[in-house]
Amino acid sequence: MSNYRIQGATGEWEVVIGLEVHAQITTKAKLFSGASTEFGAEPNAQVSLVDAAMPGMLPVLNRECVRQAVRTGMAIEAQINKWSRFDRKNYFYADLPQGYQISQLYHPIVGEGELTIDADDKAGIPEDKVIGIERIHIEQDAGKLMHDQHPTMSYVDLNRTGVALMEIVSRPDMTSPAEAGAYIRKLRAILRYVGSCDGNMEEGSMRADVNVSVRKVGDTQLGTRTETKNVNSVRFVMQAIEHEVQRQIDVIEDGGKIVQETRLFDPGTGSTRSMRSKEDAHDYRYFPDPDLLPLELDDGFVEECRASLPELPDAKRKRYESDLGLTPYNARELTAEVETFARFETLLSVAAKVMGKSEAKVATQVANWSLSVAPGVIKSLGDEADLSNATPERQSAILAMQDRSEISGRQAKEIYEIVLKTGREPDEIADTEGLKQVSDTGAIEAAIDDILANNQDKVEQYRGGKDKLYGFFVGQTMKAMQGKANPQVVNQILKSKLG
Amino acid sequence: MAELTNLTLKAIRDGVAGGDFTAREVAQGFNAQIAAADKLNAFITPTPDHALAAADAVDAKRAAGEELGALAGVPIGMKDLFATNGVQTSAASHMLEGFTPHYESTVSQKLWDAGAGMLGKLNLDQFAMGSSNETSHFGNVVNPWKSAGSNEALAPGGSSGGSSAAVAARLCPAATGTDTGGSIRQPAAFTGIAGIKPTYGRCSRWGIVAFASSLDQAGSMARTVEDCAIMLGAMAGFDPKDSTSIDAPVPDWAGALSGDLTGKKVGIPKEYRVDGMDAEIDASWEEGKAWLRDAGAKIVDISLPHTKYALPAYYIVAPAEASSNLARYDGVRYGLRDLPEGSGLQDMYAATRAAGFGDEVKRRILIGTYVLSAGYYDAYYTQAMKVRTLIQRDFDAAFAQCDVILAPTTPTAAFALGDKADDPLAMYLNDVFAVPASMAGLPAMSVPARLNSAGLPLGLQIIGKAMDEQGVLNAGLALEERANYVAVPKRWW
Repeated sequence: MSNYRIQGATGEWEVVIGLEVHAQITTKAKLFSGASTEFGAEPNAQVSLVDAAMPGMLPVLNRECVRQAVRTGMAIEAQINKWSRFDRKNYFYADLPQGYQISQLYHPIVGEGELTIDADDKAGIPEDKVIGIERIHIEQDAGKLMHDQHPTMSYVDLNRTGVALMEIVSRPDMTSPAEAGAYIRKLRAILRYVGSCDGNMEEGSMRADVNVSVRKVGDTQLGTRTETKNVNSVRFVMQAIEHEVQRQIDVIEDGGKIVQETRLFDPGTGSTRSMRSKEDAHDYRYFPDPDLLPLELDDGFVEECRASLPELPDAKRKRYESDLGLTPYNARELTAEVETFARFETLLSVAAKVMGKSEAKVATQVANWSLSVAPGVIKSLGDEADLSNATPERQSAILAMQDRSEISGRQAKEIYEIVLKTGREPDEIADTEGLKQVSDTGAIEAAIDDILANNQDKVEQYRGGKDKLYGFFVGQTMKAMQGKANPQVVNQILKSKLG
Repeated sequence: MAELTNLTLKAIRDGVAGGDFTAREVAQGFNAQIAAADKLNAFITPTPDHALAAADAVDAKRAAGEELGALAGVPIGMKDLFATNGVQTSAASHMLEGFTPHYESTVSQKLWDAGAGMLGKLNLDQFAMGSSNETSHFGNVVNPWKSAGSNEALAPGGSSGGSSAAVAARLCPAATGTDTGGSIRQPAAFTGIAGIKPTYGRCSRWGIVAFASSLDQAGSMARTVEDCAIMLGAMAGFDPKDSTSIDAPVPDWAGALSGDLTGKKVGIPKEYRVDGMDAEIDASWEEGKAWLRDAGAKIVDISLPHTKYALPAYYIVAPAEASSNLARYDGVRYGLRDLPEGSGLQDMYAATRAAGFGDEVKRRILIGTYVLSAGYYDAYYTQAMKVRTLIQRDFDAAFAQCDVILAPTTPTAAFALGDKADDPLAMYLNDVFAVPASMAGLPAMSVPARLNSAGLPLGLQIIGKAMDEQGVLNAGLALEERANYVAVPKRWW
């Protein structure tokens, strides 16, 4: 359980949060028309007769949208409803040409499921927590009004009209802003793994309606909730919750009552403001859309959806820990984003081949490289780094040299810097730039002999029990070898000579 | 050229194919009839050039020895509910007055592909809501029939009243109609013509201005059963653009047409004998039974116990869907926009819809909005949908005992314009026999049976099993063969 508590004037408060996430389904065409869904087109360039709700036009369901919703449902281990139905949600607005949104109120395509948010001590999430998901349904997006094009008129852009959305409705299982943030991040990762939504919150591909209520610690009854609409980043979701929690507590402690209402989030001030109260709420007059038959999924379709599912974040993370022997931290970091694990797995495969070892044997080295070494180098180079030079083969060559103790960790970084800047080959760089460790026993032995001879007193002290002096000998040797001596060889020779 | 306009669709098609006359002559003949029939007000937009162009194309094809379509050389009337590319599609409303689509409905496109041409866009009840044609924004159609000894203007039925009047008055050999709760069959009965509504899903709804999506179905209206069959064959077929369209081959209904009903059973639903039913309608029904018996069928009594709930349930389901379907007429993108000076979005909606919709349309939008509202939904809409299921079960049970059902089409002959205009309930009752088949999505047709004592046509209705248009048409033909119905309205227009 989260230990998120807010100290009010009258005592301690806790918060209950539920999220409705709208995720735009990744498809080329809209949910019920063939019009394109690409982002950034000229206004009204992607509008079919159906989208514009011309007289006599009829919706035809896009099979790919159904497939993606089913796959998403499977990814949250949800019940897949083989029989679902579309309903009309009726209301008037200029961005809604039909005068209704086709949605699924009564019989959604995906039923009860769940998602696990990961423990994160820093965020106050002491252990993994399961968040219930009530349902996922498919619905149409609305268009966009533009109020800044004309002094007295508003313009309408229908490009987004009819684009397919999944509405993913959580249970009110979250009890802190951090949990809500973790939930959205995890959900986003799953959607991106599955490929059903690009998760691009800036472009509006994912938006959340945030339901928040507060109650005194120990109370079992839920407080009255408010719903803050269309919040479009993880940070804003957390901000909206924090603001809403404080506002609700203030209202109640001042003797007021929370009214069930819809609120808007203002990213500029980080606050929420009332949009409409329950009394002004629309009566949407939902009823089954008579233009569409019930959606019935056959077993073959469902099986195809299941077979096409990739390995999902939790499974991948567990496999990284158990099969690749990665630390829980590394496993979590590497599986958080699609791009991260994709880069990691490519590099791991190439590196294992280059080194002639199993993936499990090299995984920790590749993980450390991927998560800390390589990003560090890239960051320090800034604009000088040309990432296209960082092929898996070149990175593997560096890792292999390191694995063979031909180069040190520092040399690996230096070589990688040159690779990023120039695209030269690591082996050639190591040779040309003298970035190689000396493993030549003779040279190292000669240097050590020299040092021991010149420091007889310290040798005696060491042999007398002053173990700390070992570091001194290593340091001197490395200095004599200009930092290029293979530390393992140095250790080996030093230990045998010091006895 | 007047004699050409007395020909049936089939006779025109065969005559053009055989070189007895040209398609252009036919089109010219009908164009002239239409130009001289303004008093009927059957057309909102005559399109003589469309008919001529199609005719010329057919004549050219024939001259070139090319194969001709099933409707080659036949000019038809198009109910102004079908979107026609480049031709105003008004749904008889002020809202869509001046609206010219740049797309063609699937059904009309199929007709053009079969070689038909368009004589014009036919008047109808506004958004197909009405049973008398009095709700049209463009003024009502007048029935070409008159009661004996009376000059009173009669209703042509509705909503396909322009279609029925035009076919009866020989302004076109055939016309499209749409039937949501009787809108093909009732006007056909009122004007002494034949009309068939096929199984729901047979004809694509794509491009037809929607009234009630789960009920709307296009069909054909003509003077003979065979003409209806030929035309329906050209209209029907699976359309991937309509999700409720049936993916099944279209049989050759006209080719398989047969009035021999040997071995067939005809059901007579006892619940259709309602209190206060016109004695002449009852007599006509009895006569119909005798004709079908004569055609070889066995007459069996059946029961459709939920019949009395069909009309009330229809007047929940249809307005509910309409209230949503008509929400798109908001003044934002096309059609009428009434934007009072200094007004906002809500004002624009209110002004546009107040001005753009007639009283009957508003009435149904209000009813539909009401029955879908929170707190009323279960009591009305859910209940009506249950009734609908029960009605379907009634028919399923009935069709275990019979092949087709025979019933009157309407409880009365054509009534006078203005008679029921102020009494919506009386108006709605006119569809009492037509609505059950619509609620069940079944094929049904009206065939002219006789003239009543006032000299007005009466129709008989055949209802068939889903997908069994053939059974309906065959029984219709059996009636037609025995009715010897040859009456023609006396020209007064």
